[in-house]
Amino acid sequence: MTLNLFYFLSFLAVLSALMVVFSKNPVYSVLYLIITFFTIAGHYILLDAQFLAVVHVIVYAGAIMVLFLYVIMLLNLNRESEPHKSNILKFAAVICAGLLLVVLVGSLKGTEAIVQQSGKAGIGYVKTLGEVMFKEFLLPFEITSILLLAAMVGAVMLGKSEKTNDTI
Amino acid sequence: MITFLTFKIILVALVFVITLLVAAYSTYAERKVAAFLQDRIGPNRAGPFGILQPLADGLKFIMKEEIIPVVSNKFLFILGPCIAMMTALMAGVLIPWGGTLTIGGETYALQIAELDNGILYVFAVVSIGVYGIMIGGWASNNKFSLLGAIRASAQMISYEIAMGLSIIALVAITGTLSLSEISAQQAGGTGGDWNFWNVVYHPLGCLIFIICAFAECNRTPFDLPECETELVGGYHTEYSSMKLGFYLFAEYINMFISSAVISTLYFGGYNFPFMNDLGLDQNMITIIGTVVMFAKVAFFIFFFMWIRWTIPRFRYDQLMNLGWKILIPLAVANVFITVASYLIFK
Amino acid sequence: MQLTNRSKLVVKKEMNFWERMYLPAILGGVMITIRHLFRRKSTVKYPEKTREISSIWRGQHVLKRDDKGAERCTACGLCAVACPAEAITMTAAERKKGEENLYREEKYASTYEINMLRCIFCGLCEEACPKEAIFLTDRIVTTDYSRTGFVYGKDKLVEKVDDRIDVTKRQTLAVQEFKQQKQLSHNK
Repeated sequence: MTLNLFYFLSFLAVLSALMVVFSKNPVYSVLYLIITFFTIAGHYILLDAQFLAVVHVIVYAGAIMVLFLYVIMLLNLNRESEPHKSNILKFAAVICAGLLLVVLVGSLKGTEAIVQQSGKAGIGYVKTLGEVMFKEFLLPFEITSILLLAAMVGAVMLGKSEKTNDTI
Repeated sequence: MITFLTFKIILVALVFVITLLVAAYSTYAERKVAAFLQDRIGPNRAGPFGILQPLADGLKFIMKEEIIPVVSNKFLFILGPCIAMMTALMAGVLIPWGGTLTIGGETYALQIAELDNGILYVFAVVSIGVYGIMIGGWASNNKFSLLGAIRASAQMISYEIAMGLSIIALVAITGTLSLSEISAQQAGGTGGDWNFWNVVYHPLGCLIFIICAFAECNRTPFDLPECETELVGGYHTEYSSMKLGFYLFAEYINMFISSAVISTLYFGGYNFPFMNDLGLDQNMITIIGTVVMFAKVAFFIFFFMWIRWTIPRFRYDQLMNLGWKILIPLAVANVFITVASYLIFK
Repeated sequence: MQLTNRSKLVVKKEMNFWERMYLPAILGGVMITIRHLFRRKSTVKYPEKTREISSIWRGQHVLKRDDKGAERCTACGLCAVACPAEAITMTAAERKKGEENLYREEKYASTYEINMLRCIFCGLCEEACPKEAIFLTDRIVTTDYSRTGFVYGKDKLVEKVDDRIDVTKRQTLAVQEFKQQKQLSHNK
């Protein structure tokens, strides 16, 4: 049952991820990306990580993709105004993506030992996650929050209008 | 196992039907409340006091001509209202409508699904709900619709943050994300042992949550995505027939669910005062509790309408100012104040 | 000069913190609206209940006949001149031999039209009429689907011989007394 679900979700994830790349309309791309995020959230639930799944849906599908869609709708991209890409650019993109794939495969090959651990009851609960975050990984957690704070301050700085001439 | 399953199926069907019924009668209530607040009578032709008005409206929506604009994106145009309706109905799964019933030695909880992080699930569903509006608005290929969709997305994202922050204090003190546990914690104490609803401990959080709930439901004073005076109909300008009906229905369902969440989180859910002192049977308490829950929900739906006919719509910059510059800092302050005072007075 | 004591001087002052919170103001507004919930409703449920109208209420016009059933109107055109909305038009014609029982005087209106969309029901035509031919009644001008339907001709305006329209109630006591004086040429 779980295995069948896994295969179904994986099939859906890969299919929609491919559709993100292959669909001509950027709005369709974004919508397929949302489906991809949902299937990944499904994978999290299969791994007993409910909290992560829900947060994934809230943050990625619910907030970030809404902003993506927002920007694409405002840009009004369609087939006529699509910028034409040269062959060199396409070639470079393929090489970059291939290298990324190699890196990902290489890094995942060495992590087989960790995957075995999952299966503990309640591993994905908020309580467990909180304890791990605030005890074991406190420093990285805090550093991440400072990074986010810095990004936020930077965004505010960029968004603020310069007060050189008040009378425009 | 079989009885458990049948109970759940019955409960799902019941909640589904009640949700639709409440949404249908909210349209009637909206018109009646509007009329009464303006010294009018409101719809009174269909049936006694017009109580068959929702049926007439529904029939009208179904029988009306369906128009799909030629320039629209047909698939997405149909998908938009579907998503809006679907997400609106999904959130009702988590709400604890009552305590536990004991039938034939087995106990059943009046809640469809018990999740460890129920509030977050509700938030996730709400955050998906904006896609229905965005997709519909974009697919209509109309400037007013697009503007409505863009306003909706910006507004919902902005107010989701404040909404999320406003419940952090509540979650921190109750120590759980599960809606049923939060409800159960607010149960009345026995024998003069007072146990207050959460609104007593979190007045500011409650206020922020209610304001954000108004914004998330696109209700006045935050109905910018569909304001008639500026955008004709906003995101549903091009819609007609039952697809428009779905959008309107989704709005009322959202209102119903928001009311249920507000009453569960802050106003005791299915609990009522002196529930343990009356010496009633557990089943009886549950049944009365469910009625009380629906009474609270009805009050909040009325409150939504009451505010609608009192406060005019915000301007767009005022909306953003309120969301980002007032509600978010206030919500953050609320977290600190509430948690600090809890630690001091514990 | 102060006419009423309801006028309020508008002062645009800086709002204090309490006012800037807006919550008290919102609460005030909410209290006002909830009070209206319990007010008496001013709606009249129309088809079942009609609102009482004044006895001199001005509705659809009528062109009166005299006691013998002859039309009183002589197409003098004073009503058309008096009409501020220019809603009345007519054409005059000469009475032929043998029509004495149809028209009271030698001249009569062969057509007489009132455009009910233009009419403002001011009653000046009634006042201007020297022959007591046109009166406004308490009847309501009904709706129609076309504009031409609102141009009322003689077929709709002139009262039927066997179905007279009573306008005595609309006349004040002074007028009715004045009418009793038969020695005046006006009342013959």
